[in-house]
Amino acid sequence: MFDSLQAWLSSFMYDWLAVLITLLIQAVVVIMPVMITVAWLTYAERKVIGYMQVRMGPNRVGPGGWLQPIADAVKALTKEVVIPSQSNKYLFIIAPVLAIAPAVAAWAVIPFDANGVVVANINAGVLYVLAVASIGVYGIVISGWASNSKYAFLGALRASAQKISYEIAMGFALVTVLMVADSMNLTDIVNGQKGGIWHWYWIPLLPMFFVYFISGLAETNRAPFDVAEGESEIVAGFHVEYSGMAFAVFFLAEYSMMILISFMTAIMFLGGWLSPFDGIPGLEAVFGWIPGFIWLFAKVAFLLFLFLWFRATFPRYRYDQIMRLGWKVLIPVTIVWVFVVMIMEYVKLGPWFN
Amino acid sequence: MTFLQFIFYVLAGIAAISGLMMISVKNPVKAALWLVLAFISTAGVWLTAQAEFLGLVLILVYVGAVMVLFLFVVMMLDINVAQIKEGFTRYLPLGVLVSIAIFALMYLVLGPDRFGLSHYPSPQEFGANYSNTKAIAVPLYTTHAYAFILAAVLLLVGIIAAITLTLRRRPTTEVLYQDIDKQVKVRAEDRFRMVKMDAVVEADVKKEEGKDE
Repeated sequence: MFDSLQAWLSSFMYDWLAVLITLLIQAVVVIMPVMITVAWLTYAERKVIGYMQVRMGPNRVGPGGWLQPIADAVKALTKEVVIPSQSNKYLFIIAPVLAIAPAVAAWAVIPFDANGVVVANINAGVLYVLAVASIGVYGIVISGWASNSKYAFLGALRASAQKISYEIAMGFALVTVLMVADSMNLTDIVNGQKGGIWHWYWIPLLPMFFVYFISGLAETNRAPFDVAEGESEIVAGFHVEYSGMAFAVFFLAEYSMMILISFMTAIMFLGGWLSPFDGIPGLEAVFGWIPGFIWLFAKVAFLLFLFLWFRATFPRYRYDQIMRLGWKVLIPVTIVWVFVVMIMEYVKLGPWFN
Repeated sequence: MTFLQFIFYVLAGIAAISGLMMISVKNPVKAALWLVLAFISTAGVWLTAQAEFLGLVLILVYVGAVMVLFLFVVMMLDINVAQIKEGFTRYLPLGVLVSIAIFALMYLVLGPDRFGLSHYPSPQEFGANYSNTKAIAVPLYTTHAYAFILAAVLLLVGIIAAITLTLRRRPTTEVLYQDIDKQVKVRAEDRFRMVKMDAVVEADVKKEEGKDE
């Protein structure tokens, strides 16, 4: 679809301009739904946690409160962005941009369905997501430093040390997926899981599935790992000095990273857009009409619900316990599992290694 | 101009400018950030040169981890820039001399005489399915396996050395260490003792009070 658009555009303008315009359109097509999902994910979060705590959640704006995100957006847009005195003005403004740019850029390689429904079907897709997501830490570090505030700086130090630590466990979990799938292309990884729920990688890589999701929680600074914004200790952490839209941009970045982590988990461990009923005689025909992206979105929705559920359930970790979990529990587990996968690969175990 | 050339010139320009800014800017934190930008744009240039694995690993390792730790240190130090810049004019002639020498050497080795377009054919164009990662991995783990293992051992020694240098066990009288194994292994019987004893009936208060009267 986009190839024909590019061909049509290049018939009457420079080639590079045609490519640039096509890329821009592709980016908008991917980013707009993500941003809209972020808006209603915040609504879902408040509702889900509300009902878990026996309250109503937002219920004033629109029927059932479902226009709340729009009201929030209007409020954030009309508020003043206060720039603290003695702060570094340019870096203060750049920091939220640096936080959201990687969270958006990583979507370029996420496939949404079979037959190449993806902006860039590149070979090193997994590595690209990991590399781009690792840039996101600069938004936090710079915002903490540029704010010229002790609380913000402490929050930034905590958040970035935590992110760097959990990136290692995350990377090792991805290494095991690469070993099973024999590819770094996300579309190939999903295609390697064809044939029903027992072909998905979450069975041979069950510990890695947990490690990846826990690391994802820590990467996005979500509860129970949200020491970056421990209210009782350092107020709101690295974005304590931000107000209005600058604060909302940090919010957007955090939530789009949450959705990204859910997509990556669904793609690498839960069969992406594949139906769980493939290969089961009766059910395959019954559920055959459902398009692939519906399955993918259902899995992502479940994983996002887990994010909200954990936030309502678990108390916050203490900082030294977070570091202990990351370095002394998750990383050794991943290293051991790399060797276990090596053995599984050697003996050609089950339907996964062939 | 093709789109790839356009991208290359943009990235190369950003890399050159950010490199210059990195050495000329006053604030060390800003200098580190310019260096990060230089790394990212260089990674982009490597991507256009079909070295996608190296480009992405450059971002993952240097931008994502090394430079963040670097920034930590620079941010927490209170560096007096004026003091550092004091000897700038005094050492300028020496600095210019050294830099001229370095550039002359680089020109001799890397100049157009040896690395010009006429000496090297344009690189082979690979299709979209060509995996740069596999092309690096296969020789690394087969022909160069020993060198690879040696490098890994060196890194391991470095890790151990760094840990032993910073390891500091304070006495337990000073700091309370949390031993999670011990905490998990605690059973109710270790902390709580059931004692069997006869019931004690309290003496009737009213009777006692009555006696006094």
